[in-house]
Amino acid sequence: MTSIAINASSAIGGAAAADMHAPVRISVRHLDFFYSDFRGLKDISLDFYDRQVTALIGPSGCGKSTLLRTFNRIYSLYPEQRAQGEILLDGQNILASSVDVNELRARVGMVFQKPTPFPMSIHDNIAFGIRLYEKLSKADLEDRVEQALRKAALWDEVKDKLRQSGMGLSGGQQQRLCIARTIAQRPEVILLDEPTSALDPISTGKIEELIEQLRAEFTIVIVTHNMQQAARISQFTAFMYLGELVEFGPTSKMFMTPNKKQTQDYITGRFG
Amino acid sequence: MNDVTSTVQYTGRPAAGRVRRGRRIADRTLKVVCTVFTGLGAFVLGWILLMLFYEGGAALSLDVFTHVTPGPGTEGGGIANAIVGSLILTLLGIIVATPIGVLAGTYLAEYGKGSKLAEIIRFVNDILLAAPSILIGLFVYTLMVPPLGGYSGWAGGVALAIIAVPVIVRTTEDMLRLVPGSLREAGAALGAPMSTVIVNVSWRAARAGMVTGILLATARIAGETAPLLFTALNNNFWFKPNLMGGVSNLPVMIYQFALAPYDNWRALAWAGALIITLSILALSIVARLLLKKDLAR
Repeated sequence: MTSIAINASSAIGGAAAADMHAPVRISVRHLDFFYSDFRGLKDISLDFYDRQVTALIGPSGCGKSTLLRTFNRIYSLYPEQRAQGEILLDGQNILASSVDVNELRARVGMVFQKPTPFPMSIHDNIAFGIRLYEKLSKADLEDRVEQALRKAALWDEVKDKLRQSGMGLSGGQQQRLCIARTIAQRPEVILLDEPTSALDPISTGKIEELIEQLRAEFTIVIVTHNMQQAARISQFTAFMYLGELVEFGPTSKMFMTPNKKQTQDYITGRFG
Repeated sequence: MNDVTSTVQYTGRPAAGRVRRGRRIADRTLKVVCTVFTGLGAFVLGWILLMLFYEGGAALSLDVFTHVTPGPGTEGGGIANAIVGSLILTLLGIIVATPIGVLAGTYLAEYGKGSKLAEIIRFVNDILLAAPSILIGLFVYTLMVPPLGGYSGWAGGVALAIIAVPVIVRTTEDMLRLVPGSLREAGAALGAPMSTVIVNVSWRAARAGMVTGILLATARIAGETAPLLFTALNNNFWFKPNLMGGVSNLPVMIYQFALAPYDNWRALAWAGALIITLSILALSIVARLLLKKDLAR
């Protein structure tokens, strides 16, 4: 028991402590989710805090990705999937039918498990999202592209080949390109769906550093299978199991003195 | 063979030896039969090509490309009118077929997922893909030839387009299906409406494959004879610039000249056959290279 606590505390050494006074950015209230008849989420209520990293953890199939995919309503691409309940983003229910999903998605960016560069140049990959909602002069656009690439810690590696295809980059670079593409739109929230599970340890380290820096500007929700990663980079952690939220709290507390035995068992690798 | 028997004795199951020998014989037989029939197919193809190059090559000359088809009993002549006519008809067909085929294929792959309508369209398209081309010729004849007051290049182009559409629909749908769904999600996640995702992401990702499909459809209609018999017919002189009346073309010219009692006509038929075959070959090679380059990326 003690050794576990020590491991966990050393693991969370990297992440800043949770800011208990941060305002709530996203508020989930009694959320249910259905894949046709299967109920993937069961009465989830949970708050996400402004400019904090919240990690969603839990075994495969527990609903953590499903929950993440409701925040930008990306699930609505698939007609058989639907959500019930409320998700308030800055007080506005984004599940309401009056919400324009495309505008919502410009406010809530998403990075996927596998890097998804578009089949176009590095520059155009970034410009694509900006052009959708803003008419910028050429100089301003170039500026925004550079800023985004700098923030994603990719600028130095690609500044001489902006016109080359984004598909030619390494996996880690492609993933940072996708992050750059997302932050170029200046969203309020960034959703990360296992963003490092397809990457090598060095690329993973770079992305984790990047997330730590992005926290200054964005509210971040990350789904991860990697317990150490959750401990390293998040301020809050939510543990889910079989579509239910088991426990939510500051990461340091979740990893050292969880309230529920199930949480402890999962975090210490006894099941999952 | 020796080691097989020894293994069998070792396992102590005498029947296993016979079973193994039987399997080995069946295995070899199938291999030999497959090889022989492949060889047979390749031999026939080689024979056709050899004859084509031998006869067609001998008939090729500058005159073939610069003179119009000769009248009965006259010496020399060329097939310039048929070459230009074929180019125009094929181009017309593909220009009509490409937007229909690409958009229908896009509907099937992007919008029609799981819909009954898409399923029906896909089924009908597959039937059209296998429809006898003479029927398509007759169909366009009743649709266009009497109303326009006679044979025309326009009717020929439409008949060829009807043959090309199902090919393009099919390849477009197949190529768009190869685009990973995650790429579409990524586009949608940036707030791009579906139309933008399709045009800027899906089409772009499937570009080479879609162009390949269009090239293969072009190759397919370039050699079609039956649909032209009732529509563009043929013409042994230069056709009218407005494409009304018969329009000379290579396939029907070959059909008529190959059966003619004049040596120079038959030679011209060979030359036309060689030109068509080489053009189709060139199109297919370009299509393959394009696709290969795309898959390598």
